[in-house]
This record gives sequence, structure tokens and C-alpha cells, in this order.
Amino acid sequence: MNVVLFVFLTTFLASAVEAIEMVTIVVGVGATRGWRSTVIGAAAGFAVLAAIVLILGAALSVIPIGGVRLVVGTLLLIFGLQWLRKGIVRVAAHGFAGIREAHLDEGAEWTRPEMDWTAFVVAFKGVLLEGLEVAFVVVSFGASANQLGVAVVGGVSAVVLIGGIGLGIHRLVVRIPRSVLQLVVGVLLTTFGSFWALEGMGIDWPLGDGAIIGLLILYGVTALSYIALERRRVLGLSPGT
Amino acid sequence: MIMDRVVSGVIGFGRFWYEFIIGDDWTIAATVVVGLVVTAILKSSGIVAWWLVPVLVVAIVGVSLRRESRTHH
Repeated sequence: MNVVLFVFLTTFLASAVEAIEMVTIVVGVGATRGWRSTVIGAAAGFAVLAAIVLILGAALSVIPIGGVRLVVGTLLLIFGLQWLRKGIVRVAAHGFAGIREAHLDEGAEWTRPEMDWTAFVVAFKGVLLEGLEVAFVVVSFGASANQLGVAVVGGVSAVVLIGGIGLGIHRLVVRIPRSVLQLVVGVLLTTFGSFWALEGMGIDWPLGDGAIIGLLILYGVTALSYIALERRRVLGLSPGT
Repeated sequence: MIMDRVVSGVIGFGRFWYEFIIGDDWTIAATVVVGLVVTAILKSSGIVAWWLVPVLVVAIVGVSLRRESRTHH
């Protein structure tokens, strides 16, 4: 009984951490780019993940996740930096309030009928990578404790619970000015991209997963500093323009 | 008709990857790739290298912003 409880709690909490990252990416992209392509991308990610889990099962624990992390982390880092830069420019130019309305014409929010491949791929990769990590934790931990069924229940419960919370608050997220959201998501994608890319190369971060917090602080402070510098530049030029 | 759609889809997919990776400033992607390569070299030489990418990230954002403001004006 104690072993069952221990396996459930451990896989639930470990999966919850990964699920929070998954929901953060999906909700952030959905609120910024639009929901249709994001949901399709997330659903496609879950479908591919389910197929991978079904086909590979317990063998999932031996898939080299390092290569996946390196490729996905590098792409997220590059894309995150582009969002970070745009977010800094827009927030510096228009401040934190009323930006959403001022920038609806700048194209990041997808309104055309065809698929928004940017939203699709980011949501797809976020779900697939985090899902692979959840599956990896669940399968490896459950198998080593000889409690695979309990571990699967713990992992799925965490994903369903965190996913439900994410869906519940997404209307609040949508109300946040889009440029600020782009800045925040840019910091998040740059943080996770940096962390995963280097982890995929076998680099050991100081403090392990705690380095994510350090990177968030570093990139957050960097963004605020550049916003202050850009605002000073804009204000300095404004009398003559 | 079908061929046109296939070609259009392939072009659109290629354009997406170009915009996804290159975007408005190609030096961002180039800096990331160079940073990862140098990090790998440092690691293989036994040098602690986790700090390089974060430092380059902070630097390239500033350089890119500076370049954009100069281009804009």
C-alpha cells in the first residue's frame, strides 16, 4: 500500500511539473496566435504521443531523449528569442497597458481560415516533448517499482488535472495584452529552449532543474532592462519625431 | 489542380520553417547555432560551458535590438 501511494504521488508530482510546462506553452501560444491551430497541434501531439506509447510501451524508457531535447530545445530557443525581441520592442514603444488593441494589425494573431503552422508546430512540439518526458518518468519509475499501472494513473491524472486548470484560466490569459504575453512567452520559450538544448548535449546545469528558475530570472531581468533602454531611446527621439 | 495544391503546400511549409528559424534577424539563429557548437567543443575539452548560451542570449538580444533601431532610423 505504501509503495502504491509512493509511486502514485511521485509520478503524479513529476508529471504535474511537466504538464504545467506543457499547458504553459499551449495556453501561451493559443492566447497569442489563436486557438484553432493550437488545439489541432496539441491534439496531433497527443495522438502521436499515444501512438508512440502504444507502440513502444515500456521500451520508451530507453529512447534517447537527449537528441529530442537538443533539436526541440534549439528550435524553441531560436523562436523564443524572436518573440522576446518583438515583445521588448512593442512593450517599450507602447507600455504594458492597451497594447493589444494597438497591435492587432501586426499579424501575430492568426485570423485567416487556413492553418497557422506556427501555432500548430509550437503546440505540437510542446505537447510531444513534455508528453514524452511524462511517459519517460511514468514508464521508468513505474517499471522500476514494478507498479506500472499505478504510475500510468498518476501521470494521466496530473496531465488531466493541469490541463483542466489550463483550460479554465485561458480566458484570463487571453485578456492579458498580447505584446506582454508575447514577451512572457518569449522569456519562457527562451528559458526552456536554453535548458533543454544544453541538457540534450549532456551539459550539467548547476542546481539541476533549479537552473530553470535562474534562467527565467536572468532572461526576465534582461527583458526589463532592454525595455527600459528602448523606452529611453524612444523618449529621447520623440520630441524630434 | 492537386499538383498545384501539393506544390503550394510544400512552398508554404518551407516558408514556415524559414520564418520560424530565420525570422526578422538571421543573426539570432546563427548565434544560437554557433553558441551550441562552441559549447560542445568546450565540453569535449573538459571546460565548464553551461554559461555560454545564456550569455550569448543576453548579448544577441541587445545587438539585434540595436541593429533594428539603427535600421529603423
